[in-house]
Amino acid sequence: MSSKTPSSSSVAQARRTVQQLRREARIDRIKVSKASSDLMRYCGEHAKNDPLLMGIPTSENPFKEKKPCTVL
Amino acid sequence: MPCTWVMACAYAPSGCAVACGGLDNKCSVYPLSLDKNENLAAKKKSVAMHTNYLSACSFTNSDMQILTSSGDGTCALWDVESGQLLQSFHGHAADVLCLDLAPSETGNTFVSGGCDKKVNVWDMRSGQCIQSFETHESDINSVRYYPSGDAFASGSDDATCRLYDLRADREVAIYSKESIIFGVSSVDFSLSGRLLFGGYNDYTINVWDVLKGTRVSILFGHENRVSTLRVSPDGTAFCTGSWDHTLRIWA
Repeated sequence: MSSKTPSSSSVAQARRTVQQLRREARIDRIKVSKASSDLMRYCGEHAKNDPLLMGIPTSENPFKEKKPCTVL
Repeated sequence: MPCTWVMACAYAPSGCAVACGGLDNKCSVYPLSLDKNENLAAKKKSVAMHTNYLSACSFTNSDMQILTSSGDGTCALWDVESGQLLQSFHGHAADVLCLDLAPSETGNTFVSGGCDKKVNVWDMRSGQCIQSFETHESDINSVRYYPSGDAFASGSDDATCRLYDLRADREVAIYSKESIIFGVSSVDFSLSGRLLFGGYNDYTINVWDVLKGTRVSILFGHENRVSTLRVSPDGTAFCTGSWDHTLRIWA
């Protein structure tokens, strides 16, 4: 799958990879405990707006099973 | 369409145009019109040009720019009007299969997944790869941002979906079961981000609880691989497309 050609360009390639890795290593990271609590908070805040999670009240559901209607 | 396989399509934010592309290596934009007599093919504008197939395309916040990913290993940002290449993104070592734009209005980042098992997060203005994640064991078929924009999920041929947090810069959850051995072709979140829907090559859709990491339910109905899945913008339903020639809407 990789199409890197081995030759003098591999040194330039390696240099670019090292620069990219250095850039990536420098970024500020937050702790996973904070990140996951933020995700949980977001879910909690938006859960009531999520129809797939909370379900739609039967009165508004256009696809609900219709009961046969009897006319006396 | 001039070529046999269309692999990507996207609606413009205004709803007035559609972009699509595939094995023709190009992304073409068609303006939409309700007039039946109009010859839409004549109004087609060829916007992107890659050296290999187009795997995904998406309009940015406006109708004027389009982001594409290709089998040639690059992603590119194009101006729709002039067809000019605005920015190209190099970094994947193999075909790029999917991309997703960050949800916020001011967002300038997007995430792409490829056959090199890596997911890269890019800055659209500079063309730089900001973050990279390599924990999947096979091709990544689909990536989707979490609704808050702070995380994203990916689905891969290794039969797992994984959640990565951007601020913590690491994988935070894996959604897999020993009984699931077929690859995931497409993933999407419900509106609140609590549910993750994955379309699998074993014809099923698995619904995962994002926070608990457990499977909530499994949906049957398709008679062949589920190739694509999207939750509707109002969150009341999701639609799946499959190799069985049908599109099904689940609510």
